Amino acid sequence: MRTKKMAILVMVMVVVTVVAQTQVSEAGLLDIFRGDDGEEVERLILATTTSTENSGLLEQLIPAFEEKYSYRVDVVAVGTGRALQHGRDGDADVLMVHAKPAELRFVENGYGVNRKEIMYNDFVILGPKNDPANIKGTTDALEAFRTIAEEEATFISRGDNSGTNKKELGIWEEAGIDPSGEWYQETGQGMGSSITIADQKDAYILSDRGTYIAFRDKIDLEIVSEGDEVFYNLYGVIAVNSDKHPDVNFEGAQAFIDYLVSEKAQKIIRDYKMDGERLFNPLKL
Amino acid sequence: MDYILEGLSAALRLLFNLNPEIREIALLSIMVSTSSTLIASLLGIPLGFVVAHYDFQGKGIIITILNTLLSLPTVVVGLLVFSFISNQGPLGNLELLYTPLGIIMGQTILALPIVVTLSLNVIKESEDKIIDTALSLGASKKQAMILLFKEVRFGILGAVITAYGRVIGEVGLSMMVGGNIRRVTRTLTTAIAMETSKGEFGFGLALGIILMTIALAINLVLHYFQEVRT
Repeated sequence: MRTKKMAILVMVMVVVTVVAQTQVSEAGLLDIFRGDDGEEVERLILATTTSTENSGLLEQLIPAFEEKYSYRVDVVAVGTGRALQHGRDGDADVLMVHAKPAELRFVENGYGVNRKEIMYNDFVILGPKNDPANIKGTTDALEAFRTIAEEEATFISRGDNSGTNKKELGIWEEAGIDPSGEWYQETGQGMGSSITIADQKDAYILSDRGTYIAFRDKIDLEIVSEGDEVFYNLYGVIAVNSDKHPDVNFEGAQAFIDYLVSEKAQKIIRDYKMDGERLFNPLKL
Repeated sequence: MDYILEGLSAALRLLFNLNPEIREIALLSIMVSTSSTLIASLLGIPLGFVVAHYDFQGKGIIITILNTLLSLPTVVVGLLVFSFISNQGPLGNLELLYTPLGIIMGQTILALPIVVTLSLNVIKESEDKIIDTALSLGASKKQAMILLFKEVRFGILGAVITAYGRVIGEVGLSMMVGGNIRRVTRTLTTAIAMETSKGEFGFGLALGIILMTIALAINLVLHYFQEVRT
């Protein structure tokens, strides 16, 4: 008798799985498990940075593309470093990242083709209201970084090889400083988590403007330095080279890149606002 | 404090409005975790029985290894599965990366040592006593075995419940292997991690409350089966 109860339990588990599946979509069970929704659309994997996905821009950009072409864009949000690695391994079809030197190297080494610059925004230095390093209003990024290091004011670094992290390390290098010591702390986490940590520790941090706007109401940190040329944050899009990885969806990647530089997509980028502020500026309008 | 209140009220709103995207995410979580627990149980319970029942060389080492695997971090299993199913990996052409099937595969690996070790322990504990008693009372070997299964099934169910708890609550593996792709591989735990990174703490907490509610419901069902006798 008791074994019957166990059999019932196993059946309940199977039924739960199947019912849950029918609720998710009308596609077959195996289709869903394989990541298909059963429609005749091809999958296009876009590896991008957390800042673009968290900004909500992609949710505005992608539907118009999916409507026009028979592709379904699957967004995998990782840092720029990992996105490029996905490209090198052929685990993504198209990349949208922000680290120009690394992108150029990626293309030079034959991993990517058809790189296009699509939009830009900028970085800002955030700091606590009492501004212990006294850099508020400095437009010179190198000067600001040097002062933070001299004063040994707590600075939070992403430390995760992301585009923002690469930019930050580039500024330190240009300033001729090798940041180390108790005041320099690496989180190894995303932009949002790192801002939260900086906020809790009353520290300085380099952030992209978009993430700052999204977090502005939740933190006490404010912008202490902005406007330097070095803060320019350029977003590029690259198709993964199908010569290296024949399995990638190269046609889809090309179509997506063409779409991103089209007037339609560029206008969506221009008109996308958060809290009344534009987050990204189109480059092809 | 604000986050907690905000989270509670957001959770209630999400639950009652049945936001279709949240419902999809929750159902995918249930589907993936139930599948992996089921597979791990079908493999793990017989395996636990074999290890408990038969004496063979190296048995102690196998048990130690199984016990060690219990503390395997989810992100390590994620990394392992990732490198196997990545395009560069040996299973690359199966195209399992960023699919629910990939997550199920990884979660099965997470759940398996739990099912095996815990069922092994309950079988080992009652085996000698029950089989000896049954045999001495004149039962056949087969009858003694059936009796053993009847005695240990509640303990084994406990093992399954524990495994389920591990997989439905894990985030490292689902994030790495699934990629948190909207409408495809986004589960409750990866959605919570994402909302947290976006600074939407209240919403993240709300999803957490939904996850706990699901876990509670599932545990109530399993406990019904476990304690139906008492």
